[in-house]
Amino acid sequence: MWFQLLLVLALVAIAAYLLRSTPNAKHLAIRRLVVFLGLAAGIVVVVAPGVLTSMARAVGIGRGADLLFYTAIVAGLVYVVNEYKRSVQLARANTQLARELALTEARLQDRIAELERKEPS
Amino acid sequence: MARMPTAPEPGPAGASTVGREPTVWVVIPLFNEATVVGRVIEELLTTFQHVVCVDDGSTDGSAEVAEAAGARVIRHPYNLGQGAALQTGISYAREQPGAEYIITFDADGQHRLVDAQAMVALARAEKAAIVFGSRFLDDRTKPGALKRLVLKTAVLVTNLTTGLTLTDAHNGLRVIRTDAARAVNLKQDRMAHATEIVLQLGRTRLPYREFPVEVLYTDYSRAKGQSLLNSINILVDLVIN
Repeated sequence: MWFQLLLVLALVAIAAYLLRSTPNAKHLAIRRLVVFLGLAAGIVVVVAPGVLTSMARAVGIGRGADLLFYTAIVAGLVYVVNEYKRSVQLARANTQLARELALTEARLQDRIAELERKEPS
Repeated sequence: MARMPTAPEPGPAGASTVGREPTVWVVIPLFNEATVVGRVIEELLTTFQHVVCVDDGSTDGSAEVAEAAGARVIRHPYNLGQGAALQTGISYAREQPGAEYIITFDADGQHRLVDAQAMVALARAEKAAIVFGSRFLDDRTKPGALKRLVLKTAVLVTNLTTGLTLTDAHNGLRVIRTDAARAVNLKQDRMAHATEIVLQLGRTRLPYREFPVEVLYTDYSRAKGQSLLNSINILVDLVIN
């Protein structure tokens, strides 16, 4: 049943993606391609359910529904990892923004204090 | 804006500026420590002219206490995390004219002023760019067995990832020369910054020393201390990009 191997590889790839890579334009393009391929595959499978069953047989799974289930789990995991990474990126951007705000306020206060020292009103 | 700018030369009313270190900036990340931070700042100001507190969205009036004690207070608009506050303080301190050294100091009173003074003296004497405080160079500090295990594991991870050989990690007391401080750009907003800062300072290849410090584990700091489970958060934060 070499679909097991495929599943394990997919999960390892997701883990590697989680730990290693940082988002860039290439990843975005790949993600969009995968979404479109998934939609196309969905249409095919809905129109011709037999395709799913024969694909499942080909990789050593009895039923098409099982193949669909496994694929959905992998897809769901990829989605979770993507969203997690995105939220980390957003949190970092947010921190930088807040820091710049705090530092700008501090610089302004310092500047005003400096001017007031020079020209006591 | 409702808030008026603070006095140009921070210091408690009537305190003399004579004999205080003019080129050292003390950076204190501050989050809900109103009961202790005032004393910490007042003590520091007897020796150092510049104490910068980064208030990380405290809700207990810590910022006002710090300001009243004479610190320069920078306010985060809301809580971002200790690492974020430390970075803001370092970013502010390193751009101050005349800044030579930056001391990072905890707000909860677990560090000692004498250790900070001695670390600056050591940095000057041995021309070290970084002096790390270490609890484990002598046996004055008495952490519990479990805490010791966690801290020692943190040391091991830090040494493996940074290439430095330190005896303590996650010690908030450090002296950083401004040229080294320019290399610090912490992205870890939460506790993992303690490893990240060692990593970034290590990359500068500037000379560093360790200095034995005593960490005062009071009932107060023990109650606020990091839980063991939190070390799992630190590890995960560090390995995920």
